[in-house]
Amino acid sequence: MMAILSLAWKSLWNRRFTALLTVLSIALSVTLLVGVERLRTEARASFTNTLSDTDLIVGARSGPVQLLLYAVFRMGDATNNISWSSYQDIVAHPQVAWTVPLSLGDSHRGFRVLGTSLAYFEHYRYGRNRPLVMADGQPFSDLYDAVLGAEVADALGYQLGDAIIIAHGAGQVSFAMHDDKPFRVVGILARTGTPVDRTVHVSLEAIEAIHIDWHSGAPLPGLSVSADQARTMDLTPQAITAALVGLDSKVATFRVQRFINDYPQEPLLAILPGVALSQLWNLIAVAENALLIVSAFVVVVGLFGMLTALLTSLNERRREMAILRSVGARPWHVFALIIGEAGFLTLLGVVAGLALLYLVLILAQPVIASRFGIFVPIHAPTSGEWRLLSAVITAGFAVGSLPSYRAYRLSLADGLSVRL
Amino acid sequence: MVIEIRELTFRWQPHAPWGLTIKALTVAPGERLFIKGPSGSGKSTLLSLISGVTTATAGSVRVMGQPLEQLGRVERDHVRAHHIGYIFQMFNLIPYLSVLDNVTLPCRFSARRRAKARARSRSLEAEARRLLQQLDMNAPDLQRRAVTTLSVGQQQRVAAARALMGAPEVLIADEPTSALDADRRESFMRLLFDECRDSGAALVCVSHDAALESLFDRTLDLAAVNAAAKEKELD
Repeated sequence: MMAILSLAWKSLWNRRFTALLTVLSIALSVTLLVGVERLRTEARASFTNTLSDTDLIVGARSGPVQLLLYAVFRMGDATNNISWSSYQDIVAHPQVAWTVPLSLGDSHRGFRVLGTSLAYFEHYRYGRNRPLVMADGQPFSDLYDAVLGAEVADALGYQLGDAIIIAHGAGQVSFAMHDDKPFRVVGILARTGTPVDRTVHVSLEAIEAIHIDWHSGAPLPGLSVSADQARTMDLTPQAITAALVGLDSKVATFRVQRFINDYPQEPLLAILPGVALSQLWNLIAVAENALLIVSAFVVVVGLFGMLTALLTSLNERRREMAILRSVGARPWHVFALIIGEAGFLTLLGVVAGLALLYLVLILAQPVIASRFGIFVPIHAPTSGEWRLLSAVITAGFAVGSLPSYRAYRLSLADGLSVRL
Repeated sequence: MVIEIRELTFRWQPHAPWGLTIKALTVAPGERLFIKGPSGSGKSTLLSLISGVTTATAGSVRVMGQPLEQLGRVERDHVRAHHIGYIFQMFNLIPYLSVLDNVTLPCRFSARRRAKARARSRSLEAEARRLLQQLDMNAPDLQRRAVTTLSVGQQQRVAAARALMGAPEVLIADEPTSALDADRRESFMRLLFDECRDSGAALVCVSHDAALESLFDRTLDLAAVNAAAKEKELD
């Protein structure tokens, strides 16, 4: 066996340039496959951690995914609101540690405006329990202060102190402006890779203030309240869109959830964010699986490259096989010679592919983290990745067995005569 | 006897009307047998039968007393590895191996030949060098060169050294001089004879070259053998 392995190695070294190309194509496909797998796992983890450390999301009764979409992803609209008094009942529940009110409905140049309280900056968590961090400035303190998500500030080029006008409604282009009550940018959040980046944050009272002279989505004719007049008025909201709820103990989650779902005065819905996020992810997992399948096919293409190279070399190597047979090599040795080469090339490709992947990860990790908010950790291959790698190696041997068997048949048929 | 053939019949196709028929052929240790015959007379087939790559349709071929037709394929491969050195017409060498690796190649597949080579010289490599030297291939740079850059004559001498490595009892040479210039043929054969005598190997040589015939102990004319067989069949 050692004799054959050293022969296989010398033969391969003799053809090192074409062998290198084969190894390279396998390596690149392995890098892609494992890279996609890792990114996929991390994207899932990052997605299901868009909102973490929040025990319940509460909204008007609809579907869990819909509530999640508008409360967390700022997509779509709420069918109904939660009345302020119901919200106060939740706040007062003995097991509730903290709540963050969310009031949606307005926008600024395509970015959603969120009315909330200072508790938002304190309790909102994403990823593995990462809090929101101010990149610049501070949370809102005045009625007409606004805190921008990182992408809002980037896309629109805003800096601290800039004035912004909030538009009524959620559309990209809106004709109804709250231009009588301009806001001032007092803070810009660091990038999180979550929908927070695309949000303009103001206080709940501010949402109330800009709508004080409005009714049913339009300014009330003949009634105009100036920005300063609004400051003196009662700005307690009538209703909010949704609320994030943190509990004293996880054990109480289902009890509080039942309390909210069975709340008699108003039809409400409380959902567990982790569960709902996984449900939502499963909706889009099709695309993620498609990506993995495509990269698996790239590996297949890489292995077919090797198959072509091996089959092409067989005819030139028939003389070599006859010489080996003449010195006593058995057809089995000929088989081992070719399959050893295929296995070695695949193994080398896998190792080179992994090395390339780690190189790319080291270089790209900061970029991916800041651009997409996905922190791809650099660690040894996971068991899932090992499974992929061993599947590649197995496939390499399977592909190699074809030319090996052909060489075996040829060497039996040719014997010691060589047909060129 | 190193080779003993009795009542051998070989048919290329199962029911072909004729094929190779040899009533009796023996080769003694150290004997030099010349086999001649036109193309298609069964020269290559006879060599395949002796080296155990093909088996007889009927009759017996014994190499070193072992009846090849009664052995399995793997065992026949063993007989060849242990007892037979083989020289092809041309392109004898494996291009990706060095001269020394080419010469020591048989020892990779036969522990017996490995042991015999070691008994003769300190190491396999030393034995390879000794054989190459005997065959006038002793310049150190010749042994280091890529085998593809050697001349045809040099390649044949390396092939001869390989066939002699580990002192097999039978050397089979299939048209070993046909790629050489006329004036080189005889000198190559003489070198080969010297080495066979030195190691005690019998030499079975197939060739078109009638000029070589006189150098051998005995000649087997396959054309005559076949004609006799056909005549007998017609009777």
